[in-house]
Formats: sequence, C-alpha cells, structure tokens
Amino acid sequence: MKIYLPLDSAAVALGADEIAHAIEKHAHAKGVAVTLVRNGSRGMVWLEPLVEVETPEGRMAFGPMTLSDVPALFGDLSAHPKALGLTEDLPWLKAQTRLTFARVGVIDPLSLGAYKAQGGLTGLTRALTMEKAAIVAEVTASGLRGRGGAGFPTGIKWKTVSEAVADRKYIVCNADEGDSATFADRMLMEGDPFTLIEGMAIAGVACGATKGFVYIRSEYPVAVRVMQDAVAIAQASGVLGASVLGSGHAFDMEVRVGAGAYVCGEETSLLNSLEGKRGVVRAKPPLPALQGFMGKPTVVNNVISLASIPVIFEKGAEFYKGFGLGRSRGTIPLQIAGNVKHGGLYEIAFGLTLGEIVDTIAGGTASGRPVKAVQVGGPLGAYFPRALFDTPFGYEEFAGKDGLIGHAGLTVFDDSADMLAQARFAMEFCAIESCGKCTPCRIGAVRGVETVDRIAKGDTAAIPLLTDLCATMKAGSLCALGGFTPYPVLSALSHFPDDFNRMKEAAE
Amino acid sequence: MLDSVATIARLEDILSRHDGMEGALLPILHAIQAEFGHVPQVALPVVAKAMNISRAEAHGVMSFYHDFREEPAGRHVIKLCRAEACQAVGADRVADHAKKVLNLDWHETANDGSVTLDPIFCLGLCACGPAALIDGKLVGRVDEAKLDSLLEGLK
Repeated sequence: MKIYLPLDSAAVALGADEIAHAIEKHAHAKGVAVTLVRNGSRGMVWLEPLVEVETPEGRMAFGPMTLSDVPALFGDLSAHPKALGLTEDLPWLKAQTRLTFARVGVIDPLSLGAYKAQGGLTGLTRALTMEKAAIVAEVTASGLRGRGGAGFPTGIKWKTVSEAVADRKYIVCNADEGDSATFADRMLMEGDPFTLIEGMAIAGVACGATKGFVYIRSEYPVAVRVMQDAVAIAQASGVLGASVLGSGHAFDMEVRVGAGAYVCGEETSLLNSLEGKRGVVRAKPPLPALQGFMGKPTVVNNVISLASIPVIFEKGAEFYKGFGLGRSRGTIPLQIAGNVKHGGLYEIAFGLTLGEIVDTIAGGTASGRPVKAVQVGGPLGAYFPRALFDTPFGYEEFAGKDGLIGHAGLTVFDDSADMLAQARFAMEFCAIESCGKCTPCRIGAVRGVETVDRIAKGDTAAIPLLTDLCATMKAGSLCALGGFTPYPVLSALSHFPDDFNRMKEAAE
Repeated sequence: MLDSVATIARLEDILSRHDGMEGALLPILHAIQAEFGHVPQVALPVVAKAMNISRAEAHGVMSFYHDFREEPAGRHVIKLCRAEACQAVGADRVADHAKKVLNLDWHETANDGSVTLDPIFCLGLCACGPAALIDGKLVGRVDEAKLDSLLEGLK
C-alpha cells in the first residue's frame, strides 16, 4: 500500500506529522506493509492534511484528515468519510495549468529518480547542448519576467551577467519570501527542490557562473531542510559539482539562511546580508548584474523565476510564451490567502480577473461575510475594492489601477476589516522593517503611524498630510519598502474613505 | 553566567567550522545562537577578530537582525504571526488574548523564565492562519481556544 502525505509546512501546521505517525501505527497493528511518501502539497490548503492512496485507478484523495479518519484508510476506501475521489479529477486542480508546479505534490521531493521520471533534468540536458548566448536568447524569447514582484525581464538580466567579464560570477536565488499571503517559493522548495536546482544550474551555464546561493528566510525551517538535503543529493549524483551532468561546466551551490529581516528580500540588501553585513539597501547603480555578490557580476532571481526555467527548456520558449496576457507571459502561481473558503496555490496563465479569482476560485470568504478588500502583492501591495474586480491579473493591468501583482499573493478581507487600521499597520510594518538607510522610509514611516493616529482621532486635516507624506516616500525612498508602503496606505484611503471619516461622523 | 574559557573554546570550534566560507558572519551568528541559545556579548570581540572586522561592525550586524538574541529566551518560545493574511482571520484578537493570558507584551520573557512572546511576520501559512511557531513547531488556524490548549500542553 502506497500512501502520500505532505511534508509541506501548511500540512504540518494542520497536523500532518501526527497523521503520519497514526498511519504507521495502524499499518503496523494491522500487519499491512505501507510505503509512506512525504510529498509536497497539492496546494489545496483547506483540504490539508490531504492523504492520497495509490490505487489501480489512480491516486485517491482524502481530506481534511483527522486522527479518527486514519483507521478507515485500511478498509473500503470508497466508503471513507473523507473520500474526495481521484486527485487528478478534483475540479480545483483540473482547471489549473501547472508548468512550474507540475511535480509539486506529485513526487517524493527528495527522489531524483522520481524527478527524472517526470521530465526532470530534460531542460538542463538540452541547455547543456546550447551556446551561452542561445540559452539567454531562449529565456528572453519565453517572455519570463521576474516573479519576485519587479517583473524585470529575466533574459535581459541574464544577458548583462553573461556578457560581463569577470573572474567569478554568481547566481543568487532570492528565497526571502517575506510578503504576507505568499508561499509559492516555500511550496516549491518543499515540494520540488530539484526544479530550483536545475533552474539555477541552467542560469550558471548561461552566465558563466560557477557558484550559486539560495538565501532562504529563517521562518521556513522545512524549506531549509529539504533544500539542503536536495543540494547534497544533487552534488552526490553529479547534477552539481565540477562537471554538471558530465558536461565540463562547473556549478555548485549552497543554502544560506536569513535572520528575520524583511528588507533582505530586496536584492541589494540580500546581497549585503549574504556577504555577512547588515542588510542595508545599496544605491543602484551599480546594478547587481555588474557588481553584485562580493562586487562580482551576479544574477539575483526569485525562486519562481528560476524554477520556471526548466520547463521553458523542456518544452521550448514558444510553448511558455503561448500562455498569458499582454506583456505578462506564461503562468503565475496565485497564492490565495486570508479570509477565504478555498485558500492555497493555484497556477494558471495570466489574465483571470480579480473577481474570478476571489469569487469563483477562492469561493468568497471563510466567514461567509461579503468581501470588503483584497490586498494584492503582499504588505507593499494595494487594497482593491470590489469595484476593481474586473482588473485582469497582469503586471501592467494592475499597475494601471495603482496597484501591483508583486509575488502574486492575495489576502482577502471581509467587511469586518478596518481599512484605517490596515493603513496604520502598513506604516508600522515599514517602520519596524526599515533598514534605516534613507530618510523617507526610516522617518516617514514613523510619521505615517502618527499621522494615521491623528486621523483616527477625528483630525481629518491630517489626511492631506498623509497623502503628501506618501508622495515623498514614493518618490524619495531608495527601495520598494519605503517606496511601495504608500500603495496599501493610499489605496485604503482612496477606496475606503468612510473608514477614515468615522470620528467626524460620530461627532456630527 | 557562562564560563568564559569554555565559551571561547566553543566559539573557536564554531569559527573553525566556517573557515574559508564566503560571507560567513550570518552562518556563524546562527551557529552561536544554536549553541548558546543567544549570542553572548563575550562572543562578539572573538568573532570580530576572526572576521577581521571591528567590534562595532560585529555588533551592528548582530543587532540588525530580529532573529539574534542578546539574552537567552524563555524555556518556551511562542511566536505569533502578525502579518495581513493572519490579521484577516483574527490574528490581532489571538495576540491580545496571548498577551493577557501570559501577562507579557511582545519581546518579553516571563519573570520565571518560563516563556517568551515574540511577533513574527509571516510563516508562509497564509491560507491556514492565524499561524504560530511554538518551540519550533508550526501550528495553523490558532484561535483563542487552541492557543489555550497549546499553552496548557507546555506546562
């Protein structure tokens, strides 16, 4: 009997380890030989812990599992109280286009054999037959843009590093996924780490870099462990090392752990942190592509950008580019979070409207109350009201509505949310996490909290002051922390003015 | 109080394990915290000397990051997520409850050294919040009642 049960953090937080223990205990008591595979999550977090049992018809899903549901797994499966049918037929999963996450939840994350059997290493093998410039051109042709949030064309970044002349170059994977509502990087690293390793190896070959780092935040202990194990396996099997897959190209990598600083998700701050310094933002230029880690040319890419590379080389740039909308090509792993009925990860081509995502895919709020606002793109993203639910999910489309898609996380709030409190939190968070290098962010955020507090006390004269402060932060900050904090603040103010006028109304 | 001779020997061992590593300071500070439960003040000059940086620089790095503690934490460490996705499902309410029950504010440790309450900004459990990290164990959908039973389990 083969049983799959995720090792994914979300599944573990909902009791997967206890279920695993119970399955092993029951199997032993019943004398049934069970192979328990701890896979990644299929992304349907409301069904976690999700157990799958391999049957001749396919993998059958059961969830959300509790300890009392375990014994019935050893009886008539179709009569199991938590039976959901075949996993592949679940509508939420079936409607997706899983390119980057094709193997997540399917395979044992630490089985290189299972990885290869599902198309793994095909992309790297192909890239190794190509010239450096041709590899870079393929990435450019795919239309892939930075999935960390900035949306910069990945191919252009690689070209700069590839053509730079230096004795050493580096590939740095930004796995400092600190934005609330985002967990795609975590799920990918926990569920299919070899995809990230393969993507980084292709980047290394394309750019002439021989060393890579994955900088993972310390809040992700499971991802750190799985990545470290996967790197060791890749080194032992010749995927990484002095000669990648016997090609003669050297590429090796190391996992590094952050230390709880949100700002280190900003690429120059991350590089300083990796060098062992304070995670202070660097002024640009020079670009990290020319003077990055230790002053050498460095590619800094997000996990999902790098993990999308293997499928581009496996299926071709044209295939990948065939998905999407406008200048947003390929697929995007939406992360649906907060107060939602169906939360989790949903990979689909760009172009769904916000309303389709929130009302149809997420199924509205978990509380059953009306949706008031959706924050898209993490703590630095704008709050969208229902009036903007027709906005299609794409980089330019969201920018056109004074928002951003960021790392594609969506936090849904019901009508009990107080948008003034959310605006205050945005400023408070910026004040706590500011690296302190530039004044608009360091001092502006503190003044921002004070100004929102004045408004909360009924001083509406402080509203123009807040708008003015936001303009200064937006234009004058060195990086996105101070520069984008105005997005949640101003969107809350402009779309939900009533929440900023309550005291005045009460007084009248 | 840590015995300084023994401490220095354990530090030297950590430093030698990171010899030749590029940008080794963060991995070293993590290793020190794993070894001692915090980064003892006595460690900084030793680390600074080995890394060829000033004591001020070593202190500057250590104090920049939220993870590194100057003092040991309580026997149990409760970290509650304060980020937006958890707020949307009641994290503020759970945090207020925790502060009241434990009689602690953020970053405080109980007088008897039993427990420390820390905020954390996102564990990536945004679809099953409010999230918590209790003595290194991830927990999702933490409401007031669940928090009470988790705290009971620590006693």
